[in-house]
Amino acid sequence: MGRIEIDEIRCKGCGICTVACPKQLVKLCDKANIQGYTPAEAVNQELCTGCALCAEICPDVAIKVFR
Amino acid sequence: MQQVFARPESLKDVQTHFCPGCQHGTVHRLVAEALDQFGVQQKTIGVASVGCSVFLYGYFDIDVVEAPHGRAPAVATGVKRARPDSFVFTYQGDGDLAAIGTAEIIHAANRGEDITVIFVNNTTYGMTGGQMAPTTLVGQKTSTSPYGRNKAKDGAPIRMAEVLAQLGGVAYSARVAVDSPKHVLEAKKVIKRAFQFQAEGKGFSFVEVLSSCPTNWGMNPLAANKRIGDEMIPYFPLGVFKNEEQ
Repeated sequence: MGRIEIDEIRCKGCGICTVACPKQLVKLCDKANIQGYTPAEAVNQELCTGCALCAEICPDVAIKVFR
Repeated sequence: MQQVFARPESLKDVQTHFCPGCQHGTVHRLVAEALDQFGVQQKTIGVASVGCSVFLYGYFDIDVVEAPHGRAPAVATGVKRARPDSFVFTYQGDGDLAAIGTAEIIHAANRGEDITVIFVNNTTYGMTGGQMAPTTLVGQKTSTSPYGRNKAKDGAPIRMAEVLAQLGGVAYSARVAVDSPKHVLEAKKVIKRAFQFQAEGKGFSFVEVLSSCPTNWGMNPLAANKRIGDEMIPYFPLGVFKNEEQ
């Protein structure tokens, strides 16, 4: 069991985390943040294993991982 | 549940100026994690170069000197010789290290200065507007090579990690990439290894990191990230080119 927290203010919506997640549990949302980017959001968190691959690839260190 | 991934202490909790998908942020984090692991935050002096990496002092919670364009290895030499107990690294891009600062990097490496050099190669001059760098791939379009880099006219891209591995003063020279989680984890190990050489006073260590520049490549972040594996790694092979344990 794992859980991630994405800092939606820091996230620049590059989307690299969306392809890094082996279970595709990260998606870009439709709503823009204060910077004008559409940040990533976690979906179906109950499937998250807390592998932290999304956080490892995030260029903005915007993801916290709990396990 | 316990937090298993957090921002390293040596990295300030601030917004960066990097474009979306720019992997300078990833390399910053890997360097900060290595500094945290060695517990040297308080005695580290970073030397920033000119380019997108110029704001090192704003993002790292360490002491930073800003060097003139290309001169970071020369400045780092002075810092390390004046303060031999400090932990000194330079953080440079490819326009800075491979073009403007070629003399400085070659001679600092050849002298075997006890510093670590982090070299971020994105095959272009990022901050100044995407001009052709010595590392620009053949055929790559940039603002100063609008028809693509021509090998006959402009030469072939320079492989700095291999070039420096030839020099006697270099203890460690390696190339890594940050395009996939697997490569990022490998890069983390290699950067820590490079810092280990300095911690043990074994001489000059050099890490080249392949990263993307979505804005100047004219690509979206995902396509730019994919280009690292598709085009850069075949020309710039990953690996350790020198590992001199003494």
